[in-house]
Amino acid sequence: MQIHLDHFEVAVLFALFSSIVLGLVTKRTDRERLRYGLQCFGYFMVALFGIGWFMRLLHG
Amino acid sequence: MPAATASASASAPVRSPILTILLAWLIPGAGHLFLGRRGRAAIAFVTIAVAFAIGLLMRGPMFQLSANGDLLSRLIQFGGFLGDLATGVLYFAAVWFGYAPPDGAGHAADYGSKFIVAAGLLNILAIVDAYEIATRQKD
Repeated sequence: MQIHLDHFEVAVLFALFSSIVLGLVTKRTDRERLRYGLQCFGYFMVALFGIGWFMRLLHG
Repeated sequence: MPAATASASASAPVRSPILTILLAWLIPGAGHLFLGRRGRAAIAFVTIAVAFAIGLLMRGPMFQLSANGDLLSRLIQFGGFLGDLATGVLYFAAVWFGYAPPDGAGHAADYGSKFIVAAGLLNILAIVDAYEIATRQKD
């Protein structure tokens, strides 16, 4: 069995897993952890789309 | 720190930091489980195991220690190997069951390899967190 994920799917999954663990290991309360995890995921998405569009503009 | 949390932390039984680190490395989330943080243990285990499994399903090759190549290549291999090894029993199980895909071209295998390393790095974060809980630096 083998799965084929494209660049975008891989990047979103990486962002998801990283955000979950970053949220888990920081902050003191569950509410703060959830908030921080969502915040990290949001930053990842902004960076993903930002860099994606930047590369598109760069390559024309 | 709130008074209730401080008293709960102070009354919690002392756990060996070394044993916590060992458990947390061997089985992702086991360090938190050992310290009574069941929910966080489950989340850590599922997240790291799924990231590792996706790496395997993408047929990402494991990093191998190698004496060949230039210094930079050997450093990259060594760092990758440490990342793979940080997944603990997941790494040993994969090797035990003969997982050794060829290091072929293509982005899928490349990403798979990085996912396995990322799972190990995320487990290192979980290990550090468990250590800090065991030494009462955090709750």
